[in-house]
Amino acid sequence: AASEDGEDEDEDDEPPKGRRAANKKKAAQADEEDSDDDIPQRRCNEAVNHLMFCLSGDDSKSDEEEESMSEGEMAKLMEEVEEKKKLIANIRNKPWRMRRRLKVLKEAQQFVDKFEGALGKGKGRKLYAYKVMMMKKWIKFQRDFENFRTSCIPWERKIKEVESHFGSSVASYFIFLRWMYGMNLVLFSLTFGLVVIPEVLMGLPYGSIPRKTVPRDEQATAMDYSVLMDFNGYCKYSVLFYGYYNNQRTIGLLKFRLPLSYLLVGIGTFGYSLMVVIRTMAKNADVGGGDGEDNEFTFAWKMFTSWDYLIGNAETADNKYASITTSFKESIVDEQENQKDENIHLRRFLRVLANFLITCTLGGSGYLIYFVVKRSQEFANMDNLSWYEKNELEIIMSLLGLVGPMLFETIAELEEYHPRIALKWQLGRIFALFLGNLYTFLLALFDEVNSKLEEEDSIKNASIWFVKEYYANYSANNPNDTGTPPPIDPADIIRGPCWETTVGIEFVKLTISDIQVTYLTILIGDFLRALIVRFLNYCWCWDLEAGWPSYGEFDISGNVLGLVFNQGMIWMGAFYAPGLLGINVLRLLTSMYYQCWAVMACNVPHERVFKASKSNNFYMGLLLLILFLSLLPVVYTIMSLPPSFDCGPFSGKERMFDVIMETIDLDLPAFMGTLFGYVANPGLIIPAVLLMVLAIYYLNSVSEAYKNANMELKKKMQMVSILCVQVHNNCPGACDSSARPQGTWTSTWPTRARQGSRATP
Amino acid sequence: MGGTSSKLPKDLLSEYQELTFLTKQEILLAHKIFSELQGGENGPYSSRVSMQKILTLPELKANPFRKRLCHVFSTSDMKDGSLNFEDFLDLLSAFSDSATLEIKSHYAFRIFDFDDDGTLDARDLEKLVNCLTGETDNTRLTAEEMRQLISNILEESDIDKDGTVNLSEFQHVISRSPDFVSSFKIVL
Repeated sequence: AASEDGEDEDEDDEPPKGRRAANKKKAAQADEEDSDDDIPQRRCNEAVNHLMFCLSGDDSKSDEEEESMSEGEMAKLMEEVEEKKKLIANIRNKPWRMRRRLKVLKEAQQFVDKFEGALGKGKGRKLYAYKVMMMKKWIKFQRDFENFRTSCIPWERKIKEVESHFGSSVASYFIFLRWMYGMNLVLFSLTFGLVVIPEVLMGLPYGSIPRKTVPRDEQATAMDYSVLMDFNGYCKYSVLFYGYYNNQRTIGLLKFRLPLSYLLVGIGTFGYSLMVVIRTMAKNADVGGGDGEDNEFTFAWKMFTSWDYLIGNAETADNKYASITTSFKESIVDEQENQKDENIHLRRFLRVLANFLITCTLGGSGYLIYFVVKRSQEFANMDNLSWYEKNELEIIMSLLGLVGPMLFETIAELEEYHPRIALKWQLGRIFALFLGNLYTFLLALFDEVNSKLEEEDSIKNASIWFVKEYYANYSANNPNDTGTPPPIDPADIIRGPCWETTVGIEFVKLTISDIQVTYLTILIGDFLRALIVRFLNYCWCWDLEAGWPSYGEFDISGNVLGLVFNQGMIWMGAFYAPGLLGINVLRLLTSMYYQCWAVMACNVPHERVFKASKSNNFYMGLLLLILFLSLLPVVYTIMSLPPSFDCGPFSGKERMFDVIMETIDLDLPAFMGTLFGYVANPGLIIPAVLLMVLAIYYLNSVSEAYKNANMELKKKMQMVSILCVQVHNNCPGACDSSARPQGTWTSTWPTRARQGSRATP
Repeated sequence: MGGTSSKLPKDLLSEYQELTFLTKQEILLAHKIFSELQGGENGPYSSRVSMQKILTLPELKANPFRKRLCHVFSTSDMKDGSLNFEDFLDLLSAFSDSATLEIKSHYAFRIFDFDDDGTLDARDLEKLVNCLTGETDNTRLTAEEMRQLISNILEESDIDKDGTVNLSEFQHVISRSPDFVSSFKIVL
């Protein structure tokens, strides 16, 4: 400190000398304490010497007396300012107490403010000052935007309430639901904005062309409630379904290319979903640290990470205590019992039997669905159907979805797996059930589509013949009228079967019935059950609350799988029924409120709590798989099935993707066409695919090498520490405690290390 | 009734935003809740809130480590676990969603270190297990089970085999855990 004062004396004698010295001392102290900063004191003081007297604050010297700084000093000063700025940005990452952080922040900010002003003087100062101001405004804007963004996230309070009562695993379902809602909202706005609105605003109105009009023979019943519930009548000939859209190449003043937009939005839906799912998976994998060796730290993790700090409810806490104790006891016993194998042959036989039964169940349910779809096709040709016969397909599918998992759980009793493994098997089987059902449904649907396509040929001819007949009759009946005959009323023209709209209607009906079944299940299975248990308990022989049936627990995996499969159906159906996305958004919105209410009112916290964290990526993986599986049918139909001749935006074309060819030919400049021709050449695509395969192989082997290097380092670390312990044991006092690695502990309590006290700071 | 609900000055608010992982709304909410806790205090407007009052918060009431939390985050000279507003913000920041793994593991270590000696030895671990298994007799572990458990844990995490877990070993174990960040969270 003395030397600094000495250097100070050399400058002009300044009235605020005391203040300058005090400032410098503070800066020096800050440097001492911040062992993480390596700003050399001398440089700092030099800069201070040069500039302090220019920047004495209120009683400032006028500009004429400022010294010009050399380039080197300017650069050094800039470096220091940058370092201080970095410190300010990272200050919250340091595990210091608030007092210290505040002090350091204030000093760093003072430093930056003073010297940024100084740097501004001289050449280019206006630009520099402008840059500084823009940077400050940008940081403030970013912070405000972050605050705004977090306040926009809906349902935080609700989810927090659920979390404090039920723990983080149940809340993870609601977080997943909210995430799905966000994704569906984006998809819906995409479709709505780029497909539905242009058609409504700029396309032809209802009733102008055949595809937009209810046919004459259906008009009598078109407004009936039962017909509308089946999505026939006015519903069928509306923007909800594929068949309404016109195939005009451009519509309206803006020359909006609707068919192209329809196709691109359909593909874009999948692209966006894929991107979002993979991004979330990558983020989860990052945080979770990957799967790796998950048996490595079982006990330590149970000890240090099993308490859920979000629990704010005494009953949940008691449950948590019980489950932690159980899991401790279990893992201790597990360790001891690893060698025990009681009657392994019986167990194996039982497991094989269980798997056989389950495969039978899966096969049976698949066949049942196929049978029911065939029957529904027969019903379609009959009249006067009962309500059950009309909705048989949807009812059967939903019932299977309900009964199947319960059946699997009962059969799984035979297997006697550890509960976590049993849960995985259960999830896998439910997944197989839903997948099988969905694909059987699709296959049956394709049968229907093919039969409609055959029908179409004959109807096409019939329709053309009908129009010719009409004109011929007209001329025959009105020989005097030489003008053109009036056009046929759109309602009278013979219509093709329009298979796309049929497919869309099937998906919409399936979704609606799925919604109804889910809500009814919650109402009956949870709410009614809770009412019965609560009120019948007063007059029942055994304790309903403690014994059977008691209150229900929230079935996380069942609900998540239901959500995932529902999304799969939406993805499949969205191309043929643009309105389906809107229906799904409404469904997710109401689901959120309804299920939050149901969980808080009717459910109790789980007895055994399983950490759902790794399951997060498991469910995302399922979602990704479903996304691919839903992509396949849609892409297949786009590529290989011919579109209907008289409905939808692609009518009249050979294949749906011909729209793209047409656009390239007509709208884009000529060279783009040849470019695309070259790119689509198999000779170019095959090498590209090979390159990607090689890249995957290379990255895989690199990651293997890193894993091996990791193992080696770990072994080295263990060897070094064992050696250190041996040295310590053999020559006591040879290495004192300060030499032992204590991590960042010593740097945060310099006073403790110096004083050697045991007081907490 | 002593304290009125004073408003947080704007410059302090922006500084706290810089220094913690909390958003503006969270800081304001914390200030409101802290003022309510202070308001009931008899006597003049004191800047520290006693531990008993802090432990009445619903988020902390059910937590087995609540006393340790207060002790760790308290900067009081009397070592009584009382918190002033900045300590309270420190606590919320360390337990917020956006806090880094390093911060959380640092504070977790200090919370688990019951005797504040810088390492987790067998006694600390035993107290930790007793906290986790609740206070009732039928949920406690037997002495034999406890011994087995602690030896398993030390075997897993004690790399330099000195019988204690220090901060770097703790952070090494915790950094591989997928559950830690999501369970080490408190939201007002």
